[in-house]
Order: sequence, then C-alpha cells, then structure tokens
Amino acid sequence: MRNSLILRTAARLLVPLILLFSVFLMLRGHNESGGGFIGGLVAGTAFALYAMAYGTAASRRALRTTPQALLAAGLATALLSAVIPLFQGGAMLQGLWAKPLGVKVGTPILFDVGVYLIVIGITLMIVYELDESGVQFFPQEPHPASLPAEAEESA
Amino acid sequence: MGLFAVVFSGFGLALLAPWIVPRTGRATGWILGLLPAAITGYLATLVGPVAAGETLQVGVSWVPGLNVDMAFYVDGLSLFFALLIAGIGTLIFVYAGGYLKGHHHLGRFFSYLSMFMAAMIGLVLADNLFTFYIFFELTSFASFVLIGFNHDEAPSRRAAWQALLVTKAGGLALLVGFLLMEQVTGTLQISALLTMGDALRDSAYYVPILLLVLAGAFTKSAQFPFYFWLPNAMEAPTPVSAYLHSATMVKAGIYVLARFHPVLSGTTLWVVLVGGIGAATMLLSAWLALQYTDMKSILAYTTIMALGLLTMLLGVGTEAAVTACLVFVLVHAFYKAALFMVAGAVDHELHVRDITKLRGLKSKMPITAAAAGIAALSMAGIPPLFGFVGKELIYAAALHFGPAVAAVTVVSVLANVALVASAGLLAVRPFWGSLNEVTKKAHRPAAGLWFGPAVLAVFSLGLGLAPWVLDAAVLGPSVGAVLGASVSPHLALWHGLNLELGLSALTLAGGVATYFGWNAMYTSAPGRAFERWLGTGLDNGYDHVVNGLMAFGAWQTRLLQNGRLRNYLSTILVTFLVLVASAAVHTGALQWSPSVAGIAVQEWILGGLVVGGAAATIFFRSRLAMVISLGVSGFSIALLYLAYSAPDLAMTQFLIETLTVILFVLVLATMPLVREQLSPGTAVRDGAIAIGVGGTVTALVLAVLHVPFSNPMGEYYSQNSYVEAEGQNIVNTILVDFRALDTLGEITVLLIAGMGIYAMLGLGRALTPEELGGAATDAPAEPDAVASASSEPAEEVS
Repeated sequence: MRNSLILRTAARLLVPLILLFSVFLMLRGHNESGGGFIGGLVAGTAFALYAMAYGTAASRRALRTTPQALLAAGLATALLSAVIPLFQGGAMLQGLWAKPLGVKVGTPILFDVGVYLIVIGITLMIVYELDESGVQFFPQEPHPASLPAEAEESA
Repeated sequence: MGLFAVVFSGFGLALLAPWIVPRTGRATGWILGLLPAAITGYLATLVGPVAAGETLQVGVSWVPGLNVDMAFYVDGLSLFFALLIAGIGTLIFVYAGGYLKGHHHLGRFFSYLSMFMAAMIGLVLADNLFTFYIFFELTSFASFVLIGFNHDEAPSRRAAWQALLVTKAGGLALLVGFLLMEQVTGTLQISALLTMGDALRDSAYYVPILLLVLAGAFTKSAQFPFYFWLPNAMEAPTPVSAYLHSATMVKAGIYVLARFHPVLSGTTLWVVLVGGIGAATMLLSAWLALQYTDMKSILAYTTIMALGLLTMLLGVGTEAAVTACLVFVLVHAFYKAALFMVAGAVDHELHVRDITKLRGLKSKMPITAAAAGIAALSMAGIPPLFGFVGKELIYAAALHFGPAVAAVTVVSVLANVALVASAGLLAVRPFWGSLNEVTKKAHRPAAGLWFGPAVLAVFSLGLGLAPWVLDAAVLGPSVGAVLGASVSPHLALWHGLNLELGLSALTLAGGVATYFGWNAMYTSAPGRAFERWLGTGLDNGYDHVVNGLMAFGAWQTRLLQNGRLRNYLSTILVTFLVLVASAAVHTGALQWSPSVAGIAVQEWILGGLVVGGAAATIFFRSRLAMVISLGVSGFSIALLYLAYSAPDLAMTQFLIETLTVILFVLVLATMPLVREQLSPGTAVRDGAIAIGVGGTVTALVLAVLHVPFSNPMGEYYSQNSYVEAEGQNIVNTILVDFRALDTLGEITVLLIAGMGIYAMLGLGRALTPEELGGAATDAPAEPDAVASASSEPAEEVS
C-alpha cells in the first residue's frame, strides 16, 4: 500500500473531483438525495484517500486547517443558522428563505453546511489520529521513495 | 431597555475586550472602566425614583410554557447592590489595568472581569427565579475562570476547582429550593413571590425550602463550614480578590438571604440557623485571621468575618439589625476593596505580602499608605470614619435583640476585637517604622494602583462625617425591601455617651492589646492548633471528600469500564435481552404471522448476503477476511435500502462501510498478531447472547409488522416537506428543518466524541507546542486516577 505510484497518481486526480462532488451532494441535498452528512462523508473520504497516498502530514497540509477547527467551525455555523431567525422575530432553528438574484438560499442550507464541516472534521479526526497515534500505516514523511516497499509487513 | 443594557452591556464588553485591550495601551483600565462608570451613572439616576417608591420592571418571555422569563426589576435592595457592584467595579477596572499592565492575557482577563460584573448585576436585578439562578451560576463560572486565571500554577487550578465545586453544589441546592418555592406559590416572579411570605412559611415545604436556599447562600458567601474556599480564592490576581471579596460573588450569598428575607425569615429556625451559623463564622474567622502573616490571607479571613457578621445580622432580622447589615455591606466594601488593592500594590512593587517582612513603606508609597490607613481606621471602627457608624449600629442591634442579647453582644465584641488587631496588622505594621532590606527596593506605584484605594478612602471618610446622606435615598428603600415594610432609618456619627460607645471603646482597647500581643499569640501552640483544625483542617477535609469521590469514581470505572470490549457488549446486550424479552413476554406483544409470499428474488439474494456475510465472519481466521466478510454484509444492507427506495440511507451506508474498512485496517494494524484463545465456555456464552439478541430483534420486527401499519408522521412530512420546509428531499428536510434541534444535538455529540478521540489518541504521543497551547486545561485534583482508569489496555476487537 505504501508508495504506490498508481494510488498516488489516481489520488491526485480524484481528490479534487471527489471534493467537488461532495459540495454538489451537499447542496443538492435539499431536493435530491444527498445532504450535509453524506457530502461530509464523501469529502472526508477524499482526504482519507489523499492520506493513504501521501501520508497524513500531506493530507493535513492539503486540508489547510485542523479537524478540531472544522469541528468548531461546523458547530458555530450550525448555531449561527439556528439563531439567525431569532433576530427576525422567529423561533430558534426556524427555516428562513430568501431569493436574492434568483437563487434560493435559506438558513437550513447554512445548517447543512455546519453538518458538512462537522462530519469532515470528525472523520479526519479519527483517521489522522488513529494513524498518527502509533499505527503509521499510511506513508510517512520524508516519503519513503528510496526505501524498499514494506507492503507485506503492514498488512 | 435601559435595564437590559445595564445587564448585558458587560457581556458585550466581555466579547469585545480581547479586541479592545491591545488597542488601548497603557490606558486600558481607564478606558474599559468607562462601562461600569456609565452603568453606575445610569443606576444613580434611578436612586431618586426608587426612593420615591417606584419600582422598574422589564422582561421578555423566554420559555413561556414554563413561565421562565428573562425579567429584571429594580427596588431599593437590588439598586443598592447593583450600585455597589458597578461602582466598585469601576475602580477595580482601573486598578486591574495598572496591576496587570502588559500581561499577555490582559484581554482575556478583562473579558472575564466584565462577565463577572455583568453576571453579578444580572443576579441582583433578576425578577424571575430562573433568571436569578442562571446569573447566580454565571457568577460561579466567572469566578472560576478568574481564580484560575494563572492556570499554569497548580494552586490556582485547585482553588478554582474548589470554589466552583463548593459554590455549584450550593447552587444546585438553591435551584431545588427555588423549584419548591414555585410549587408552593405558583409563581416564578420574585417580586410577586415576595408578597407570599405567609403561604411559604405555612407550607409543609418550608423547612426543606429554607435549608436548600441557605445551602446555596452559605456556600456562596463562605459560611462555616464552607469558608475554606475563600482564602484559597486569593490565588486569583489581586484585582479579582478585591472585587470578589468586596462587592461580588460572596455578596451574592448575602443578597440571597436579604432578597428572600421577607418570605423566609420570621421563624425560630431562621433565627437559629442564620444567626447561629453567621455568629459562629464571624467569631472563628475573625480570630483565624490573626493566625496568618500573608496580607491577602488576613484579608480573606476578615472577609469571612464580615460575611458571618452580615449573615448573623440578617438572622437577627430586626429593623436595627437589617439597617446595620446594609450599612456594614457598604463599610466593608469600601475598606476591603481598598485594603486588597493596597496589598496588591505592595505585592506588585515588592513581590512580598508577608507582614513580618514589610516595614516602613509609608515613605515609599505615601498615597497608598494614607489610603490604607484610612481604610484600616474604618475597619477598626474608629470615629469619624464610616466604619464607626457601622459598628455603633451593629452594637445597637445586638443590644436590642431580646432573645439573645448577651450572646450576640459578646460574640460581636469578641469578633470586632480581632478585627481591630487585623486592621493594625494590615495598615500599621507594613507601613510604619523604618525601611528594611526588603522594602528599600519599593517604587512609587502607578496612578492606577492608588486611584481606587484613594477614592474609597474618601468615601469611608466622607460617609463617616455625613452618614445621613444615605438615609432616605439609599437605606430607606433597601432596608424596607429586606423587611418587606416601609422604614425611615436615620444614621448619625455621634449618638451621645451610651452603651454602644462604651462597647466601641472596649473593642478598641481589646484590639490594641491583641495587636501588641500578636507575636506571642501567633506563634503560640494553641494558636497554631486552632489554625490547623479550622483553617487548613477544613481545607484538608475538602480534599478528603474530593479524593473519596475520585476513588469511588476510579473504583466504579474499573468495575464498569474494564477495557474489555466483549464485557461491554455482553453487559449492554444482556440488559437489552432481559428487559425487552421479559416486557414482550409479559405484555404478550409478540405475535406474528410470517409469510414469505411477495418477497422478490433480489431481496432473497440480498438478505442471504447480509446473513451469510455476518455468519461467515465468525469462522474466518484472518482478520482481513473478517473485515471483508463484514463488508459484504454492510454493502448488502445498503443495497437493500436501495431496493426499498431509500437512496439517502443507502448512500450513507455505502460511505460508512467504505470508511469502516479504512478504520478497521488502521486499527487492526495495531493488534497483536496472536489472537486470544476463547475457552469453550466463553464461546458458548457469547454465542447464546448473540443468538438471543438476534432472535429477539427479529421477533420484535415481525411483531411490529403484524400490527396494522399507519404512518401519520410520514404522511405529514411528505405533505409538508415542500410547503413548510421548501425542500423536496424529505429525509433532508427532516434533518435540517423539522427536526433540526435533534440534528444540532447529534452534531454536538459528534464534536464531543471528536474531542474525546483527540484526547485519548493524542495522549500517546508528544504534543506539539502549538497543541499544548490549545489544550492547557487540567484534570481536577487527581489527574492520575482518571488517567489510570482510561489507559487500561484495550482488548482486541475480534
């Protein structure tokens, strides 16, 4: 599994596509199959795939933030969408919708974005921490291109 | 609206302070102090109307179904306390700006401090029992973060935990007391409740209500035997101690007693409990104060003495006593805040607070010394200072308390003798005499450090010379609110030659004698024993209780969380089996009419794969094969969802299965290669549990299908999904709109689980400095007990 050229090349091509797809899944969720939870899982898988190919350190860099921050940002986003209606005289978590420029947007979508972020955060928290806490199954840095393949041992 | 601004502006400042503080430079304290000053100014404009008999009420409905409102009102008593909190707060803000100048967490500090002030103001203005309780707890929380402000020092953390645990325990008791009050009176509105004293006193719940409310008040205001947390709380930066001791936190307990005095007092139980505990606290702590050499320790114990005195006076409850109580609240706030700030200024300049090492500071810090002197004269009750007025009132109240004149008078005089000696220790010893090696290095403190004590000294002196300005404006309305009657008290500096004056002279003589005999007394064996039993002794008692609790927790954790996954699963499943199966058999709900007609071929195949995959897992030797076999089962379930047109569920299941494989591989790679051999008995037992649970669930599902199926919820959602929630995907509209609160709860749980995973897996490796900065909290008293309980070796999953 370590240092597989096919995996690395495939990951490089696939990860952006999967991420794009995850956003698509999240946004279509309100009317079609999908939603924040599914989208978040897909996006989490994308970064997990990247970690498999290049190691968790590279995947963390690609993420540009920490899973903890994603968890916090996600809950904050969801809470924000929950309290926005309060300022309009509505009830907490009440769905508010508007149509600026012909695009339908509403607080439930913001809420779903929060779910999306939290799911990515928790997925990557588990994947990264499990690997880094001692397993180190994914490629390590400096990446072991010069070392003999060790796929047999780790399986 | 004004009242809402008064309460919530402090919380607003708490949010903004970290942003404002770096932009204000040296003037931080003076600029941030504008908010409490403005609040004080606004409240001062209410003094006239309130004295004329008006009360202000505002409120918004919060949880209408439970009559919980965010409601505030201003009467004489709440205005009295609110003015004190905001007024002293202004001086504390200024002082803190000077004291902590350049501290790298100054923004955070002011954030906590504003929260503390706002919580305290909200508490005293609250008009709903729940509003009251929430602010009561907020003061505990704010003092927790403030006491633990130097969180990298173990004593600070311990003191913060101690204050939090003691006052929260009392807070919970108070909550139950409030709920019982609501049961009896049928209202949560405090201003309405205060007129129902007879109903409360006659109710069968009076005794529990009284005990619970007193538990809340006594823990908060550090009465015997809970006072040990207060001396430890001086681990906080001095501005916090000054505020906490003079106007906030501990005064919350006094406020509880005063607020509910009209409805809970008037019984023998009240007089005995409140008066008795107050008197005991006062006498013990006044003499305990003389057993310490640290200025802040002496001040802490004299605060407890003051709290005991206030409690005793409220227990006595006559008009004279309540007047004396409220006057002494002011007297004490003025001299205590000043002396704490003085102690802090000395500490700030010399990093020494031990009175046996300090000498002659008068020449180095003249304004501070003068302020300390005036504060100490007020503390000792010497004319013409405000403290003298207060002490005369106390003695008058004691001498006119019919049931126990002798006891109250003797206790008051004895406690005040010690107080005079403490005043000498704090203001004479460190400042008079000639400079020594330590004090030679002192500098003149910055203006921020002497401004507060100087202002307070002016108040102590001014109100001593002209105490009558308080009569109608402040004291009348507040004393009236405590007594639930209209009164017109009259203060004067000079009452003529009477018994009170004689007692004052006696007190002073005794105090001076004690001061000169202090060295001998402090080092004497009985003195040390007294301190060992009631000072550190009670503190150690707290440790015993907490350690006992931790030991119990460790014991039951080892019992229940023994780290063997098999045991967890067995416990959960057997519990489920016994409860569900017995309930099902008992109610005779298990009926079914199985029919295999109408099951399509592909459903047979998928069902077969689900069962086959799960069953095969048991027989594989290789872990990888097990994972794959379980995967077959999981993906087949996903396909089943698809077959029954549940695409969202199917998608989720597919994704979870994929991730599970990754996680399994990561976990399995850490497993030992040698598998544990199961004894035949264990295998049979586990097999029986597994089959029993599987059979029960199958039977339940069949029984559910036997019942005619009607699904009003499903119909509701399918009809309203687009109309109400603007979405066509019912699953999604349920998740993010109809049942969004559930989802919010679930993602919060996810976040908590994430933190748990981070903590557990992160413990095994060295943290980067960056991570350490973010996770510098600590376990309570015994981190070892917790760590050892959770680091038991985990058993393999197979």
